[in-house]
Amino acid sequence: MSTNLSRRNFIQVGAAATGGLLVSVYAPDKLRAATTPAKLNAFIHIGSDDMVTFMIHKSEMGQGPVTALSQLLAEELECDWTKIRTEFPGVDPAYGPLQGTFGSMTIRTSYNSMRQAGATARMMLIQAAAQKWGVDASQCRAENNAVINTVTNARASFGSLADDAAKIPAPKNVTLKEAKDFRLIGTSVKRRDTTDKVTGRTPFGLDMRLPGMLYAALARCPVYGGKVKSFDASKAKAVPGVKNAVEISNGVAVIADNTWSAMEGRKALQIVWDEGHNANLTSAGIRKEFADLTEKPGANARKQGDAPAAMASAAKKVEALYEAPYLSHAPMEPLNCTAVVRPDGCEVWASTQIQTAAHQIAMKITGLSADKVQIHTQWLGGGFGRRGGADYIGEGVEIAKALTGTPVKLTWSRDDDLQHDTYRPGSVTKFAAALDAQGNPVALTSTVACPSFAGLQNGVDRAAVEGIANMAYFGGIPNAQVDYHVPPTDIPTSYWRSVGYSQNTFFTESFIDELAHAAGKDPVAFRRALVAKSPRLVAVLDLAADKAGWSKPLPAGRYRGVALVDNLGSFNAQVAEISIDKGKLRVHKVVTAVDCGQVVNPAIVVQQIRSGIVYGLSAMKGAITFDKGRVQQQNFNNYEVLRIDEAPEMEVYIVPSTAAPGGIGEASTPAIGPAVANAIFAATGKRLRKLPIRNEDLA
Amino acid sequence: MAEVKFSVNGKSQTANVPSPQMPLLWVLRDVLGMTGTKFGCGQALCGACTVHVNGQAVRSCITPVAGVAGKSVTTIEGLSPDHSHPVQQAWIELDVPQCGYCQSGQVMQAAALLAKNQRPTDADIDEVMKGNICRCGTYQEIRAAIKRAVVIKRAANQNAAQGVVA
Repeated sequence: MSTNLSRRNFIQVGAAATGGLLVSVYAPDKLRAATTPAKLNAFIHIGSDDMVTFMIHKSEMGQGPVTALSQLLAEELECDWTKIRTEFPGVDPAYGPLQGTFGSMTIRTSYNSMRQAGATARMMLIQAAAQKWGVDASQCRAENNAVINTVTNARASFGSLADDAAKIPAPKNVTLKEAKDFRLIGTSVKRRDTTDKVTGRTPFGLDMRLPGMLYAALARCPVYGGKVKSFDASKAKAVPGVKNAVEISNGVAVIADNTWSAMEGRKALQIVWDEGHNANLTSAGIRKEFADLTEKPGANARKQGDAPAAMASAAKKVEALYEAPYLSHAPMEPLNCTAVVRPDGCEVWASTQIQTAAHQIAMKITGLSADKVQIHTQWLGGGFGRRGGADYIGEGVEIAKALTGTPVKLTWSRDDDLQHDTYRPGSVTKFAAALDAQGNPVALTSTVACPSFAGLQNGVDRAAVEGIANMAYFGGIPNAQVDYHVPPTDIPTSYWRSVGYSQNTFFTESFIDELAHAAGKDPVAFRRALVAKSPRLVAVLDLAADKAGWSKPLPAGRYRGVALVDNLGSFNAQVAEISIDKGKLRVHKVVTAVDCGQVVNPAIVVQQIRSGIVYGLSAMKGAITFDKGRVQQQNFNNYEVLRIDEAPEMEVYIVPSTAAPGGIGEASTPAIGPAVANAIFAATGKRLRKLPIRNEDLA
Repeated sequence: MAEVKFSVNGKSQTANVPSPQMPLLWVLRDVLGMTGTKFGCGQALCGACTVHVNGQAVRSCITPVAGVAGKSVTTIEGLSPDHSHPVQQAWIELDVPQCGYCQSGQVMQAAALLAKNQRPTDADIDEVMKGNICRCGTYQEIRAAIKRAVVIKRAANQNAAQGVVA
């Protein structure tokens, strides 16, 4: 495979300030690579000690880029896997206009570019060796961190060639390996980060320590949108260890010489809040507002055929109203930000998913130019979309600005995390469908009421309707209409693992199951017929059904449900097996078949499928609710997440594929909820249309 | 200020703390600079802060430092000098961690389980480990790794009994 790099991916090469070879992809016009310090603008840096440093420009939050991107780079570079180091680089245009990790995009956007970066570096090393030996480059090849002269068997290490190689212009065309020659891609290379994570050595954002650093806790208005009217910090300042209290735009920060004192001091603050316009907000009010909207026509998100006419003449009509609550991301590492602001510069150490957003908010607050603000990405203790926001970084930088010259670490408590999240929005969505005399669906309509968080185009937030407006079933249903409403509430919302699919697939896969039962058809067969035009969906559906023994009887007391989704360029089907014993739901087993195109690391794909299922099962238990404008959940006692005693056995089957890679980090979260709910229907005959599901709903 | 003396990973420590009520978690992290023990909830609801006090698994986030005066504390940094504890070996073999943030607590809780129970059943594992939340959902791997650690530990004990040096 030969790739022309001159158009889409301009490759820059320059000698690093510290010596060695730098290659960066995506840098269209800046020559910063030649003048910027080595570790800021490159994917590959080779030292004279023969160590290869890979700059991992994607945030590591468990989904595996430190390992998988290294596989892609090393595959083409032909380096020694044991001589690799990895670093998280700073913000640089070389890493794209929006540097960050979101949308399960890492492998999709890096599969070719990282291989090109690796291949380009390899060719430059080969060229340097050829020049050294006075031979043609075609006589040389790279192998195991060295270039070999294939005639003389002379050998030169990458480390000995790196300085010369860095001076060679980057080749315009590189030849990437054929899949049959892969040594690393497609193999379950062990994760690079495991040992440090079982010895406590991995430095997460919250583990940042700097000389002279102080610690902060921030009191925010319990009602979103509220402001400080006045405050008295005298009692807070009397708490041992507390140094100071400062007001910032989002509240009052207590500064102390340790985290606990800062949090104790915060409890002693006396603040009068102006609670603002959300002071009377309740979940019941929000729910009514959403539900009322579903009775009215909204902005059109999909239209095909003539749904109203088909509805009017249908043999059978099915209607249902589905609901999902607001949800918190709740990553295990509470949000935090360590920052120091000086008149001439600002440094931020944070576990962030979007470096560009962190950079921009720090620039805005400090008034410093881009080159004066450095973002040091730390290891993330979970992200799930929450760390795509920069609110907590802005708070940390504001506090640091108030303490000019002193480094300060802001730590959120779990209460802060649950009560001041940017939530997965709640949604109320109405469905109607018409079946013909043979039980085939001839029309399906849906009206979605869900806050907008990704921007409107012609009145529609595509992220809020994804999974409904674009569902594959419309390939088998001639008449369709999907409408969308933006409710007026301004509770902050954002991306949550699998985004709109997280609630919408629960709705659609439950409703499709309703239609299958209304038509008197087997749920797998009914789905297969509707997605017949999507062979990859049919294949995962059939594989999951086969591996789960769908057509075979279950032991007494066990029930199955199925669900299917295509998201992120991937396809997966899940069969959940449950029992309800003494009114308590138990999910015993989940069988997943997934087609995510070319796989880089199958073991990480399996991890991510399981991870997404557990996250999706948590979404069936948890809810963020509001009363008097306040979030009613404080901690893991009343924001329930899945624990080990509720975790099912999960079998994952990967469909072999050479198609372009699909996303995997969020792929499995949407389907588990409906698979379980459909199994509950099989067990009880009750159709649960509202999340979360409580044991009392099962009786 | 108060002074509290205790042992951490076999080493005597004198911690100068603002109050004897300061939780052990924050003494370890902010006073002694040992950040392997994690803050997750502050209310003993998630298990990320699990350490051993005189061999028992405790939640350091709700343990006042005064309560460990004169006692022996083991943290993830001191579980083994070279990640050779059977639980760490099993965790490495099975690549258990994803983000890894909860894993210090998971490993410490599992190590405490194995110290008491040589052959934990699935029900034993659920009962002891359900206090440790993992949002990445590594529960299936944790279950498998605990079973693997049992085998590793048994083999090591047999070798030790036979005088074999690994």
